[in-house]
Parts: sequence; structure tokens; C-alpha cells
Amino acid sequence: MTVTPPAASPAARAVDLRKTYGSGDSAVHALAGVSLDLEAGRFTAIMGPSGSGKSTLMHCMAALDTPTEGSVEVGGTDLGRLKDKELTALRRERIGFVFQAFNLIPTLTASENILLPLNLAGRKPDRQWLDTVIDAVGLRDRLDHRPTELSGGQQQRVACARALASQPSIVFADEPTGNLDSTSGAEVLSFLRRSVDDFGQTVVMVTHDAVAASYCDRVVFLADGLVVDEIQDPQREQILEHMTRLQELAAARSTRA
Amino acid sequence: MLKLTLRNLVARKVRLVMSGLAIVLGVAFLSGVLVFSNGLSSTFDSIIYSSTPDGVVRAEQTASFDAGGATTSQTISPEVVDRLAALPEVARADGDVVGVGMSLLASDGTLIGGTGAPTLAFNHTDTPNMAGEPPMLLTSGRWPTAPDEVVLDDAAADNGDYALGDEVKLLAPFGKSQRTATLVGTAEFNGGGTAGATLLVFSTQGAQDLFLDGADAFHQISLTAADGVSQEQLAEAAATVAPSGFEAVTGDQVAEESQDAVGQFLDVISTFLLVFAIIAVIVGGFIIVNTFTILVAQRSRELALLRALGASRRQVTQSVLLEAVVMSAVAATIGIGLGWLLARGLAALFRAVGLDIAGDTLTLDAPAVVISYAVGIGVTLVAAFLPARRAGKVAPVAAMRADAAPERHSLRRRTIIGGAVMALGALIAAVGVLGGPGPDALWVGIAAAIWILTAAGISSVIGRPVLVLCRGLFGRLFGTTGRLAGENALRDPRRTGATASALMIGLALVSCIGVLAASLNTSVDDVVDEQFTADFLVQSSNFLPFSTVVGDDLEKVDGVATVSRQQWTAAQVDDSTVFVTGNDAGFDDIYDLDVTDGRQQLQGKEALVTTGFADDHGLEVGAPLKLTFLAGKALDLEVAGIIEGSETTGDVSIPLDLLADGGVPRQDTSLSILLEPGADAVAVGKALDDAVAPTPVVAVYDKQEFADSIRDQVNQLLYMIYGLLALAIVIAVIGIVNTLGLSVIERTREIGLLRAIGMSRARLRRMITLESVAIAVLGALLGMALGLVIGVLLRQSLKDNLTSLGLPLGQLVVFLVIAVVVGVLAAIVPAVRASRLNVLDAIATE
Repeated sequence: MTVTPPAASPAARAVDLRKTYGSGDSAVHALAGVSLDLEAGRFTAIMGPSGSGKSTLMHCMAALDTPTEGSVEVGGTDLGRLKDKELTALRRERIGFVFQAFNLIPTLTASENILLPLNLAGRKPDRQWLDTVIDAVGLRDRLDHRPTELSGGQQQRVACARALASQPSIVFADEPTGNLDSTSGAEVLSFLRRSVDDFGQTVVMVTHDAVAASYCDRVVFLADGLVVDEIQDPQREQILEHMTRLQELAAARSTRA
Repeated sequence: MLKLTLRNLVARKVRLVMSGLAIVLGVAFLSGVLVFSNGLSSTFDSIIYSSTPDGVVRAEQTASFDAGGATTSQTISPEVVDRLAALPEVARADGDVVGVGMSLLASDGTLIGGTGAPTLAFNHTDTPNMAGEPPMLLTSGRWPTAPDEVVLDDAAADNGDYALGDEVKLLAPFGKSQRTATLVGTAEFNGGGTAGATLLVFSTQGAQDLFLDGADAFHQISLTAADGVSQEQLAEAAATVAPSGFEAVTGDQVAEESQDAVGQFLDVISTFLLVFAIIAVIVGGFIIVNTFTILVAQRSRELALLRALGASRRQVTQSVLLEAVVMSAVAATIGIGLGWLLARGLAALFRAVGLDIAGDTLTLDAPAVVISYAVGIGVTLVAAFLPARRAGKVAPVAAMRADAAPERHSLRRRTIIGGAVMALGALIAAVGVLGGPGPDALWVGIAAAIWILTAAGISSVIGRPVLVLCRGLFGRLFGTTGRLAGENALRDPRRTGATASALMIGLALVSCIGVLAASLNTSVDDVVDEQFTADFLVQSSNFLPFSTVVGDDLEKVDGVATVSRQQWTAAQVDDSTVFVTGNDAGFDDIYDLDVTDGRQQLQGKEALVTTGFADDHGLEVGAPLKLTFLAGKALDLEVAGIIEGSETTGDVSIPLDLLADGGVPRQDTSLSILLEPGADAVAVGKALDDAVAPTPVVAVYDKQEFADSIRDQVNQLLYMIYGLLALAIVIAVIGIVNTLGLSVIERTREIGLLRAIGMSRARLRRMITLESVAIAVLGALLGMALGLVIGVLLRQSLKDNLTSLGLPLGQLVVFLVIAVVVGVLAAIVPAVRASRLNVLDAIATE
């Protein structure tokens, strides 16, 4: 299977991204200069051992956090120039989110949760698209239920539907299967895969689960705040190998230090 | 995790400070009132004791402060003074002349004092007080010696803009009303200040000229005991020479009588204030209950861990209670300090209306401190008890569960019990309205207390429709933001209900008072409409009698056909005191009383009595009636007619000229004026105003002005009550701030999610503000509904006095608007805090 990366501008781009906490000797470089293009219409995984900066990278690219240095573009817009209000609007309209847990507002029903970003933006939902998404996650009969009445897998699927409802430029998923059993996890991952294949959606997923990463078109490995490696069309064993090597390197470095 | 713990700790400190604030304010109000009451009574005590001599010889049945506008015309001759002075037990005897009804005018002709504390006029003597000190101290100048000299108190001289040597303008209650006297000095009571009273001190001859028509006589005699003679021995000895109709009493008795008389008045003020302090404390208690409930819910995991580690239920409960004790002790300490300041504020407020309380009497005594601590800590403990017990019930296994919210019982049991208690209240109210035994209003009052407290308990149930309505309305007006706010207010009905309850209590009282005041106003209008049949009425602002010269002047005004005079006084019938009105012949031309038996017109020694009075004393037309006046003289009369009680007459009405036979000095209390046919009411009204201008104690009212003047008094009291209830509302607002703040902390992750998926800060703030408004509106609507029902029922039970029902609809709308404003204000801090939450912190997984 070969997917040619489109020549057009990427869905999101990071250039020499740095994020430093603290200053002087005690400074911690969560991101030490990451440059990364996330191509449109592809399913990318960001992996790395804990502390590698993968969450920070995602937060910066998703307009949830501001980098210390470097720039981020989402759909051609430079985030550095935007104020909080504009960033909020950008998140609402151009970015979809799926978090590991606590994805839904407990007081709203499933359908209200799905429509929430659109409602906040005051946009009319595209009914046809919405039906397509809802059918794709297979939750048509659960739309009037509140989150507490849904299983964990169902809740994550509602979150996925919400992320796609506004037809964003890019969907960021932060360990979306971290709290799920393997069957529910597989359902969520298949759906994300389908959204890329069938709807041409761009999805970026932070994970440390090799199985989850194996659903992706591309895996980017981070260590110590830098992109250290990447694989196209990965297989599970391949990913595990890379991960193991990264961990050994990290372990070796920490014993030296 | 450490970060979270630290953040929690800081957050909890804020929570404790917020709930502590409710106690601080409650205790401050309470201790402020206690300190103020102490200051009030000690101010009067010290004046009373420092101005009372060892003994007094006075007319029987007169009590020192109990003059009430009626004076005695019985006097003692100077020979009695000499005879008393000659007694071996008596060191000295001084004749006193006491004038009631004298008024002081400022140099610009306006009235000084008048509405608040009394104006006391008397002659200056050197009689020492019980402690052997002079009763009064000069602060400047000298004592009066000539008849046309006067000494004022410092405040009066200041307010009147008089300096030593100036001619002071006075208004006498008898005869020629305008007088002048030269200011020769200023003085105050030895006990400190004057408590706001205006003092006019004359020479003995000057006082006799003014109050006794120049006769050389006295109203009473002050005695000073010889060395080694007790007050009792002095009084016994003096009794042997006192003329008939006079009695000799000890200084202690005089002081006690004065204290009793003043004490009744002071008790009214203190009790009145205390009621509001207690309301504030109760409202504060509700907030404590709510805060501790939420704190326990949020800490249930921590508490469960303690239980898992082996802490007993008791230990967990006690740890929560201990927290409450520490918090309330700190809060009460601050509150007591604040109360001391508040007492000064109250004193300043009362000074403004003419009741001067010496600043150095406003001290925190031990009982006030003990009571304040006991109430502050006690209320907090009681309020924290249920949440603390619930804390002890947290199961150890909850520590292991992800979702550690304590289990919630269904609201059904609460609803059933609450409904039953409400029904019980309704039953009690029904007894009151249908006229059960005892005062009807008391039954309604008990029902009101039951209803308010029960409504607070089941506010989570009865408030639901209001909240659902809010959700719909907000959703329509504010879209998703409004919808979310409505949902948030509904998600924990107990919490929303308990928070709203504090506001509900305040508004129930405010609305109830509002209904009563509106009813009072419409009833006044009705009465005035029906009974104000004169063209003009002339009265003094405090209904004290004034000189007959005023009436003489008004009779001369062009266009006036009749000036009917009426004098009110008090008399004894059997053993009770009744109001007696003396009406002149013109009265019957103007007033058509509602006669149930006999006739209105009186001839000779006849009297009219009200039906109530007739029932109490078993009288009917033709029955004899004996009135004993303050001077001790009695009149034997025959009942000529029985009338329905009205505002135009007292319990008993007699011909005006008979009052002189009762020893009552002739004055007027009320003048009713009829104009000549065709006279221009506006022009004559102006001429009448001009005619009374030199006598600012009285005013001319037409029907509208008269109704307005009464309404003004009602409204003044109403605003004062509103002002006092405002503190309870402030405490309720703190409760809303508290609950919202705690909810924001609890919903940190949800807020983070909303921000992440695109809710702007402004919308987030709006969401929290709308939730706050929902709580405030819930409290306001429940309170107003309860207040209306209670007010209407109370009015019904008081229908004898409040003849018609008035609903302050305009005010209710204002209250609702205020509630919305309160909601918006209460949300400011929590909303800003929520909007400043770091999105990343908020969504970070634990």
C-alpha cells in the first residue's frame, strides 16, 4: 500500500518548535527543536517514551499551549500571531479533539455533545455529513443518552464523532484508547482509520501502544524533545523494535548521567 | 500530584475563608447589636442616676419619665418646701418646676429636636444627686439667675447657631407661644451628654413664669438627706409633711421608675435589632451547612483513605467538626471585632435621628463576648454536624473507586416529609386565619417559620420547576452557553437549593414586610379617605399638644369657617390607662362618627366610648363612667353614645371644657378646619401655612398631605427594615459565591474540555454567571412566593388594623431585578477564576 504524500501544504506544520520550562540550570527542554509536517489526509502516530515531549508537541500544535520558540501552522494559519480569542475560535472550527478520558460534558446528551463545537461557533451542522459520521460510529440509537449511560467505548466514539462533526482541518487524539479494553479500543481505532480512508480526514494520534500505532500511515518517534525516527506504513513488530531501541538508548543515557 | 494537593490546599483555604465570612458577618451583627444595646442602656442609666436626688416629693401617680405630653396642674407651695427643709432628716429641699412641651427654635426659626429625643425644660437648683454630686455640669457661661435667661445643652446651642448672649427663640406649649430668653451658659448631665435630649434650663422664677403662669409654686420637691439618713428614712420623714395628693419617694425608686420607662423603649430598639442579627446568623448557618457538605463531598476520597487506614467513623466525623470549631472560633473573633465597629456605626446612625449615645459606653463586656462566641461556634457546629456525620459514613472502599462521589439518597423521602410538614404549617396558619384561640398573627407567624425552614429543606424539590424554566429561557436567549448553565444549576439540586435557601429566607422576610407595609399604606388611605372630613388638619409632628394660641391665629385667617379643637390626654379607668379626647362643639359639624348606640352629640357631663372600650368595661348607654386624670382629679360622667373605634377619637371622648375640671391644662392636640363655602382651598391653605410658620412644631395638612405624612413614616420604617435585612442578603450572596467557587473547582476538567473544544473565556464567564443568576432567581422566586403568602395571611389575621390588602407588585419586580444583579455580582469572582484556569492543567489526566 502506497500513499503518496500530497504536494500541497500540510494540514499542520511545526518549525523548530521549542518548549522550555524553568530557566538557567534548572531549565527543562520539553521540546528541543522539533520540525514536523503533518500531511493532510493521513493518519499519523506520535510515539515516544514518557517525558519525550509527545504530549507537549501535540498541545502546541493543537493551539492548547504556546511554544517558547518556533512556529506552528494549522491549515496555513500561523498560530503565533493569534490571540486567545482567535485561538479559541480556531480550535472550535479547525481542530477536532479526542482525549484519553473525560471527553464529554456530563450534563449533555450524546447528540448535544457531538454538536457542541458547532453550537459554540453558532454554525449550522451539515445534516448529511452528521448522519454519515453518526452512522460511522454506530451510535444512532444512543443519541439521547447522557454520558453516564454509555460505556467507555461508546463515550470515546461519541468524542470521535464530535471531533469530526465540524469537518476540521485536523483531528488530534491524545491516547484515545488508553482507558479502553482492547475490543472497544479496536472499534475506536477502526473508526479513526475509516475517517482518514473514507472521508479524507487528517488525524494525529499520540500513543504509546504499538497496536494502536499500527493502524496509522506514519509513526513519528520522539525522544528528549526531538524527532529521532519515523516509519511509513508501520507493522506492529517494527514499531515495537523502534520503541525498544529508544528505551534502551534512554536507559543508557540516564545511567551515564 | 503534589501540585494538585497544594492547589487543593490553597483552594480550600479560600473556601474556608468564604464560609467563615458568613459567620464573621453574622457574629459582627450580633455583637454589634449587643454592644450597642449596652451603650444605650448605660447611657441612660448614668444620666438617670446622676440626675436623681436622694428623695422626691411629687404628686401621686406621676412617674418621672411618664409624662407623655400630659402634665399635672397640681402644685406645691413654697411653704411645704420650707417645712421639708426644717425636718432634721432633710439637709436641703428644693422646689422643681418641670415643663413639658416646650420647644427650642434655631436662630433661623426652624425646630430643633422635635421628632427624636424629648426637649426637657426645668428650673436650675443646686440639689445634689444621690452620690452627692451636682446633677448637671456647666460647660460654659453661668447658670441662669434672671427670669429671661436660659442655659442650653451644647448640641442644642450648636444646632441652633446660638452663642452666649444671643436671644434664644422658644415655643411654649401654653398661652403666648413665641418667647425669647438670653443664653447665659451651656451644660450637660453629670452622667455625660444628654442622650440626644434638648435641655432648657431656666431660673426658678423663669420656669414659674413659663409653666405656672408666674405663680410661686412647684411641681415637685427634690430632697437631700442629712448625714447618716438613709433614703427610706428621708422618704418616711418627708411623707409626714407632704400635702394630700402628694407622696414622698426615695431617689432609688424614682431612678428605677425612670429606668423601667426608658427600658421599655430601649428594649424595643434592642429586640428589634436583635431579631435581624438572629436572622443573619441563621442565614449564615445555611451557608455553613452547604459549604461543609460540598467540602466533605469533594474530600470523600481522602476521608475514605483515612477510613481504609483505620480511622473510625467517630474520628473522621470529629476531624470535620474540629475544622468547623477552629474556623468558627477564628471567624467569631474577627466578627466580634467588627461588631464593635458596627456598634459605633449604629450609634452614629441613631445620633443622626436624635438619640445620642456616648462613645465611651460602647464597650465589649464579657456577656457580649461570650454570647457572640457561643452563637458563632454553636451555629457552625450545628450546621457542620450533618455533613460531618456524612463524612464518617464514607465507606473505606470509596478510596479505591474512581468516581468517589458519595451515594445519594433519593429525594422522595425528603419530599414526602417536607410536604407533610408544609401541610402541618398550612393547618396552623388556617387556625390563625379562621380565628383560633390566642393572637391570630402568632399562629400565622409559627406557620411562617415552619414554612420557611421546610422550604429551605426541600428547596431542591420545589425549586426544580424554576430551574427547568431557567434552563429553557437561558437556552433560548443564550444558546448552548445558556443551556449548559441551566444544566449545571440542575445537576446537583441539593446544592443549588441549599444555596438558594439563604437568599430565599431574606427575600421571604423582605416580601412579607413589603406586603404588610403596602397593606398598611392602603389601609391608611382608606381610613383617611373615610375619616378625614375636615378641609385641613393641624397637628404637631409627634402628636404632642401645642398652645391654643395657634388655633386662635388660624381662626383669623380669611376663608376659614370653623376651627374645631381637640385635646388628647390620658386618664385612668378602673386600673387601666385610656386615651381621652376632649372635643369642642365644632367637632360634630365636621366628623360624623359611626354610632352604634346612643348619640354623638354630648351635653354636659357625658362621654362617648368606643365599642371595644365599652366591651372591656361592660358599659352601655346611660352607664356611669369615672375618669381619673393624672393630676389625681376625677370626673363622673354618663355614657351618651357608643361608637366604632376610629382614628379621630380616643377610647373615650368628652366635651373639651370638662378637661379643665379634670385638672388638665388647656392645650390643643389637633385642629380641624372647615372652609367657608366657595373659599379657594389652595389660597387658604397657603395662608394657613403662613399662619403656623412661626410655630414649626405644628403643620397644616390637607387630606393628601396627611396621608403622605403617615405613608412617609411607614416607608421610613420599611426602608430601615430593608436595610437591616440587607445584611442577610449579603450573607446569602457570599453563599452563592462560595458554592459557585466550589463547583468551579469540582468541574475543573469539564471547564478545561469546554475551553479545548472551543468555548471562549467570555462564554465560560457567561455560563457561570447564568448559573449564578439561576440560583439567585430561584432563591428570589421561592422567597417572594413564600413572603407573599405569609404576608397576605398575616394581613388577614391583622384585618382589624390592616383593613385592606396591598400588594407591592412594583417592589417585587424590583426584588427580582435585584436578584438577577445579585447573581451577576456573585458570579464575578468564580467566573474570572474559571476563565483563568489553564486549559492544559484542566485537561491533564491524573
